[in-house]
Amino acid sequence: MNPVIASITFRAMLSKRRILLLFLLPALLLMLSIGLRASGHADLDNATMLLTQFGLGALLPLLALLAGTGVIGPEIDDGQIMYIMTKPIARPVISTTKYVVSVVLVVAFGVVPMFVAGVIMTGMTAGLATGFALGALVAGVAYCALFLAIAVLSRFAVTIGLIYALVWENLIARYAPGAKTLSIRQWGISVADMVTNATAVKADVASSTAVPLLIVVTVAGVAYAGWKLRTLSVTGTD
Amino acid sequence: MSELVLRDVSRWYGNVVAVNGVSMTIGPGVTGLLGPNGAGKSTLIHMMGGFLAPSSGQVTVDGQRIWKNPSVYRQIGLVPERETAYDFLTGRQFVRAMAKLHRLPNPEAAAERALAMVEMVAPADRIIGNYSKGMKQRVKMASALVHDPPVLLLDEPFNGMDPRQRLHLMDLIRKMAAEGRTVLFSSHILEEVERLAHHIEVVIAGRHAASGDFRAIRRLMTDRPHMFVVRSSDDRRLAAALIADPSTRGVELTSGGLEVEAVDFRRFSLVLPQVARQADIRLWEVAPADESLESVFSYLVAS
Repeated sequence: MNPVIASITFRAMLSKRRILLLFLLPALLLMLSIGLRASGHADLDNATMLLTQFGLGALLPLLALLAGTGVIGPEIDDGQIMYIMTKPIARPVISTTKYVVSVVLVVAFGVVPMFVAGVIMTGMTAGLATGFALGALVAGVAYCALFLAIAVLSRFAVTIGLIYALVWENLIARYAPGAKTLSIRQWGISVADMVTNATAVKADVASSTAVPLLIVVTVAGVAYAGWKLRTLSVTGTD
Repeated sequence: MSELVLRDVSRWYGNVVAVNGVSMTIGPGVTGLLGPNGAGKSTLIHMMGGFLAPSSGQVTVDGQRIWKNPSVYRQIGLVPERETAYDFLTGRQFVRAMAKLHRLPNPEAAAERALAMVEMVAPADRIIGNYSKGMKQRVKMASALVHDPPVLLLDEPFNGMDPRQRLHLMDLIRKMAAEGRTVLFSSHILEEVERLAHHIEVVIAGRHAASGDFRAIRRLMTDRPHMFVVRSSDDRRLAAALIADPSTRGVELTSGGLEVEAVDFRRFSLVLPQVARQADIRLWEVAPADESLESVFSYLVAS
C-alpha cells in the first residue's frame, strides 16, 4: 500500500464525470427504500427483493466495475501509468494499492448505502440490513479483485465485466442453475443468508461453496494483477 | 557518469520485427536517436525504460538489467512521448508526488529544485490540464529530473512544440548533458538532432543503420548522390554543360525537365548557376527530387 499512489488514484476517480454515476446509483437505492418505507410496503420480503435485485444485482457489480477497472484501466490506456511505474516501487504494491482504493470506493458508495437502505426499510429486524451489508462487502471485495485483474489483462475490461455481470450473472445464471455456482452475486447472497434470519433471503449456493470461492477469486485476482503488472508492456507509438 | 548498453537487442510482435539485432552504447552527453516514423525508436526507448521486454538480447544501465528491475529507476528519468500527465493535479503536486514515490528524503525541496531547473516555478500551482504543450513537456521533464538521475530518456520531446518552446527545451537538454548526464532523445527530424546532439544513433526499419559523430554522418548524407529536377530555357544545352562538370554523374532529358544526379552536392550547387549564366540559359526551376528523410536514410543503409 502506497499512500501517494492511493491519493492520486482517489483524486483521479473522484475528479471525473464518473463520480456522478458513483452517486447516482446509491442515491436511487436510498430513494427507493425511502419510498417503500413511506408507502408502508417496507416489509422483509420487499426489502429483500430490493436489496437482492437492485442492490446486489445492479448497484454493486456496476460500482465495482467502475471502481475496479477505473483505478487502473484508463491509466494503462493513456500511458499515465508510466509515471508510477518508473519509480523504485515493486509493481504488486502498485496494483494492491489500486485494489484497496477500489474496495474503499465500493464500500463508501455501495456497501454503506445498502446498509442504510436496509435500516430505512426494516430497521435492525432479523439482521437483514447487517446481512446484506456483509454480503455486499464480501461480494464487492471479490468483484473489485476480478475487475482489477481484467483491467490489467485487457483493454476491453469494461465490456468483459459488463458481460459477466449482466449476461452471466443476471441472465445465464437465472436459467442455468449450474452457472449460479460461479456467480459472485450468489456468493454475496449466500453470506447475507448466513447472517440474517429473514426467510425471504434464499441462497442458491451453499456457504461452504461460496466462502472458499470468494476467497479464491479475491486472492487470485489481486495476485494476478500484481504479477501481470510486473511484466506489463506499454507499447510505443511506432 | 552512467552508461546505457544494448546488446544484440531484438523485439518482435508475432511475425512483425520491430527492432532487429541492435547493439549500442550510450554514454554521457546528448545522444540523438534518429529514424523515420515507425523505425522502432519508441520500441527501443520503451525497452530502455523497462516497459517492454526485449524478445532477445539485453538492455542494461551500468551493468544492471532494466527489465523487471524497478530499482534501476533510481538511475533513470523517463519523459514519455504521450502528453497526458495527471491533468487534474497542479504542476507542483505532480512533481512532489513523483519525488515522494522516489522516497526522497526531502521531496518538497527536490520538487522545487526540479521545477526551478525547467523554469516552471511560477506556473507550478496551475493544474496541468491548463498548461500549454511546452509547459507540459517541461513539467514532465521536472518529474523525470526530481531524483537527479544520471540517465535521462526523452521520447520525441519536441513533438508539437512551437519554435520558442523548442529552443528552450534544447537549452535545457544541453544543460543536463553539461552536468555530466547521459541524455538520449528520439526524433525523426534531422535538424533537431543536428542542433542538439554530437553523437547520433540512426535506426531504420528496426535496424541500427549508423552510429557516431553527427558531422561525419551528416557528411555521408550530403556527399551522397543527390537527384535534382531542373527546368530551364534550354534543357538540352544545359544538360551538355552540366555533364561536362565532374560534380554531375548523370543527366536525363525528360518531358518534365532535366533529371540530374549530382555526386558533389556543394560543387553542383555552385556550378549550376555559373554554367547557366555562361551558356546564357535561364533557370526556371531547381528542385531536389529525393530530399525526404526516408531517402537519406535508405542511402545511409546502403552505404
